[in-house]
Amino acid sequence: MNSTQALSKNTILDAVRGNQPVAQPMPTIPHFHTNKPADLVATFCESIARMAGVVVTKDVPDLDSFLRVKFPDARVVCSAIPEYAGTIKPASLNHWSEASAIDVCILRSPMGVAETGSILLSDVELQVNTIAFLAHDLVVLLDPKQIVSNIHDAYEHPYFKLRPYSVLMTGPSGSGDIGAIVVHPAQAAKTLTVLLSPAPNTGKRTG
Amino acid sequence: MSSPVDQAKNAEKFLADTVHEQRLDKLLWAMRMRRDAAARQVPEWEELRTLASGIKEHTLSKLSDYLTQFEARATANGVIVHWARDAHEHNQIVYDLLAQQGANTLVKSKSMLTEECELRPFLERRGVRVTETDLGERIQQLDDQPPGHIIGPSIHKTNKDVAVLFSQKYGSDPNNEDTAYLAGVMRENTRPDFLHAPAGMTGANFVVAETGAIVVATNEGNADLSAHTPPLHICSVGIEKIIPTTESLAVFIRLLARSATGDTITQYTSTFRGPRKGAAMHVILVDNGRSARLSMKRFWHSLKCIRCAACMNTCPVYRRSGGLSYGSTYMGPIGIIMMPTFEIRKYRELPFASTLNGSCTNVCPVKIDIHEQIYGWREVMEENHQIQVVKKEAMRVADKVLSHPALYQIATATLSSALEVLPHFAVYNRLNAWGEHRDVPEAARETFHEWYRTHRPKKNEAVKRG
Repeated sequence: MNSTQALSKNTILDAVRGNQPVAQPMPTIPHFHTNKPADLVATFCESIARMAGVVVTKDVPDLDSFLRVKFPDARVVCSAIPEYAGTIKPASLNHWSEASAIDVCILRSPMGVAETGSILLSDVELQVNTIAFLAHDLVVLLDPKQIVSNIHDAYEHPYFKLRPYSVLMTGPSGSGDIGAIVVHPAQAAKTLTVLLSPAPNTGKRTG
Repeated sequence: MSSPVDQAKNAEKFLADTVHEQRLDKLLWAMRMRRDAAARQVPEWEELRTLASGIKEHTLSKLSDYLTQFEARATANGVIVHWARDAHEHNQIVYDLLAQQGANTLVKSKSMLTEECELRPFLERRGVRVTETDLGERIQQLDDQPPGHIIGPSIHKTNKDVAVLFSQKYGSDPNNEDTAYLAGVMRENTRPDFLHAPAGMTGANFVVAETGAIVVATNEGNADLSAHTPPLHICSVGIEKIIPTTESLAVFIRLLARSATGDTITQYTSTFRGPRKGAAMHVILVDNGRSARLSMKRFWHSLKCIRCAACMNTCPVYRRSGGLSYGSTYMGPIGIIMMPTFEIRKYRELPFASTLNGSCTNVCPVKIDIHEQIYGWREVMEENHQIQVVKKEAMRVADKVLSHPALYQIATATLSSALEVLPHFAVYNRLNAWGEHRDVPEAARETFHEWYRTHRPKKNEAVKRG
């Protein structure tokens, strides 16, 4: 930090210290489990549908066939999961902007949130963070046992304290900036499809 | 010294254009209704508001400690933290970072702070091409206008306005007013900028002291693209955006989108704790008058604001006059109480752009006493001899209303009551500086007072804390 920066920091902190109001207590934050939904999976499905995400609840035994039917024109399929090869892996991207060539990206999320229909992703799953934003279509596997009740529970996930980047993603990109009606897509992924699929190591959180 | 903004006169121009005025009123009221519906879906809504207010007040009362903690944690995560006393220092830091990188283009997601600092003209004068990547902000940039709303910058524009603008700037079809088509034009034209820009910039909705993280909420994904695609991520944030913990973040995330648009959450709620390998992340903590506001016993609560815009969507004056009429970075009820702290003479008229109906306070997710602060600013203007005679009269009337809570509740209860009561002392006649020449503003179908009487839990049904 140079001398100007040190001066600015000290000036700001001195002013704040001199002006801040009398110390007030930090409230205790409950998790509101009394309002927990009876069926987390059903609530998750309803919540993500409101945000234009699609959930496939039935078993998809053959991911390759599923993708060929759903995305018949896809040429570049980036797989960030070990059990599926795709046409490329995130590690093969030399520059993060190269993710714009991806048609479909396959990922696994370690957590879903029933209240909002969000899925958690971090640099652990993404490896190259832009693949979730520059790819046109996203397919995300989620173990239904890893759906938590609400946002309070979600922010207990260790990623938020440990990882450089984590995102609660809720549906494809959208914008309500014209006419206050949300349309899809906006700048990032055009579609988000969540496949409810048990994790290879069921119940174990990564992070 | 800037001349005072005449909001009422500016609003008259907007009101004369009935197409835009009626459309804006309708769109914003629909957002307010969606916000109400979303709030009703959450049984603990009022408890969340109380928690959010308490967390913010606690944090602001220990702000120096939390800022120091944030700096230490973020630095440990590999983030370079800067401090800016004012807008010029902030802008210079950004420019220096870009210059060090040899960057002459910048992709930028929406940040009201950078509007406040007038960053874009500062950079453009120095040869940096800035692309706003939020759709609404980009529309305003292309039209050479400031944002008219803090979360929907171009909400006052019709689809036709955008179709014509995009055809002029991007060569798209001027007759295609379909929203999805117009969003597609934006996507097609912005994507190359993301891929080639050497630097990206975001604001932040929250800054978490415990983890050294910044949290950004968007629907478009443009903040994540701006932060991740280029090798340099600069984040500008006001010092009041800090919160203590990730646990407390949850409270605000539950309130933010519901209050703003009625959605449960934004499409992307992203936490950035540090740079990726081979890239750099800088956070600029900006004061620009905030520490001074902290000393204002009557007004420091405005620093609790989380920029959801619920107060703007519900305000009858804002809905019918448009954001640009305020001539200020922040507009609507929250703008009225923030802007005079920046420049009292220039914004001396703004506290009169209100009917003091209190609906802004009722919808505020962090319980800022907005309408009382508006009244307080009227008093300050009087004390500082900043107001004209007519407005002094209006203030005395407001004083009468606010000094009789029962009467005040009746006045805001229903449209019929408002029609019955308000014209005599709040809205219609020449004593109300804003209400002159205008119709009686629409009253909320169900005010908070009514809603709470209907929905409040009985004492023995109180929500158990878990």
